[in-house]
Amino acid sequence: MSTYLHPRALLDQEMRIIRDDILRMGSLVEEQTARSVTALKARDLGMAHQITEVDERVNALRYKIENECLRTMATQSPAASDLRAILAAMHMAVELERMADHAAGIARIVIRMGGEPLIKPLIDIPRMQMIVNEMIHASLDAYIQLDADMARRVAERDDEVDALYQQVLRELLTYMMAEAKTITGATYLLWVAHNLERIGDRVTNLCERVIFAATGELKDYKPPKNTGPKAEPKANA
Amino acid sequence: MANNDRTGAAAGPTKMTLKDLSVYYGNFRAVYEVTMPVYENKISALIGPSGSGKSTLLRSLNRMNELVPTARVEGEIELEGQNIYASDVDPVAVRRRVGMVFQRPNPFPKSIYDNVAYGVRLTRRMTKGELDEVVEKSLRGAALWEEVKDKLKQSGTALSGGQQQRLCIARAIAVEPEVILMDEPCSALDPVATIKVEELMQELKTRYTIVIVTHNMQQAARASDYTAMLMMRPDRAGEMIEFDETQKIFTKPSDKRTEDYVSGRFG
Repeated sequence: MSTYLHPRALLDQEMRIIRDDILRMGSLVEEQTARSVTALKARDLGMAHQITEVDERVNALRYKIENECLRTMATQSPAASDLRAILAAMHMAVELERMADHAAGIARIVIRMGGEPLIKPLIDIPRMQMIVNEMIHASLDAYIQLDADMARRVAERDDEVDALYQQVLRELLTYMMAEAKTITGATYLLWVAHNLERIGDRVTNLCERVIFAATGELKDYKPPKNTGPKAEPKANA
Repeated sequence: MANNDRTGAAAGPTKMTLKDLSVYYGNFRAVYEVTMPVYENKISALIGPSGSGKSTLLRSLNRMNELVPTARVEGEIELEGQNIYASDVDPVAVRRRVGMVFQRPNPFPKSIYDNVAYGVRLTRRMTKGELDEVVEKSLRGAALWEEVKDKLKQSGTALSGGQQQRLCIARAIAVEPEVILMDEPCSALDPVATIKVEELMQELKTRYTIVIVTHNMQQAARASDYTAMLMMRPDRAGEMIEFDETQKIFTKPSDKRTEDYVSGRFG
């Protein structure tokens, strides 16, 4: 029944399982991120609810991966690149889970908006989502190929996301200052943009782990810049 | 001299230095031009597949190879700056400074006391009281005293395998060497006895410099500070392909062959 496996063949097999689960989790996160903004555009409450349900699957995958890593370390005594790949996978599973939380966060905002019309047409938020999705996808490609250079290029794109976030923030502030009625609607959109910005940051963390798995280099690839809610917004209307 | 290593890192004083060391058995070259430092009060592990020259290299560190007819060396091994192969150096004196513990515990068929006292009697004249002291100190140093203090007259061969190996370590340290060579000291021991010997090594390194040959990757990773990776060349001579801090060898080795070996992909 059970075919004999050379011990290292067993290790290779376990490493493949971990890698495949990371990729499975990564594709789910891609899909969740894209669908969260689709749900926002259409104010599709059904889709938003679905996203929050799928989030449970992402959470379960994270624990599955952690257990697989634990088992492999306990039973196979991995060293060198195998050990690095396992440590990277454990971190990546956590990052991906948080990214999915942000996508679910967007879905919950959509539910909270309850089908109300948007205060303005969506322009930059879908652009943020597109870039973030391309980054997730490319970071997973870099992971499959263990390509540190590719991972570095992906991480650099976070600047584009940050710039768009600042732009959204400035624009929404002008709405809020001009008309107090828009504050609730503008705040919702600001939360959405913030979630996307956070996903972008976490893609750079994924990239760091790919670089670590590939080269053993362990460092903060791109120190966080002074973006996000802490930044002092300039309201140039 | 101290900088003649491949780590480039400051690692403390160098106890021994191998310079282009080749070891021959007749025409066959078993070890090919190894250059490496042995750092003082550190544990250095020699790893590599069978036939890569680890044990030959280890035995050359105290001129034990000379007991094999036709064996000869080229290159130098310095012990505190002095070439141990220089013509005016007495191999027995080298072996007193550089002790050895073997793969299989090999106590003499004598009492526990005499096993430890044997080498001391050969090197120094001392009173019974002084000898008792050396025996107790050595057995304590080998973490064996508490287990054998009431049966010192019993035969050393009646002890368990793990105890026998610690007895051999006590015997080695009784003559107060500076360096201790260990050739797979745990390969004949069970896991509990193995951990005891490894713990003992950590204590011993505060007073001695240790070089160990091991086939057990986890042991090298757990117990050593530096690791030298040896490989067999196409002409079957053993060559050192990488030397570095153990942590680096097991997380981020520089040579692909080291990577494959420590991750169990060959060898």
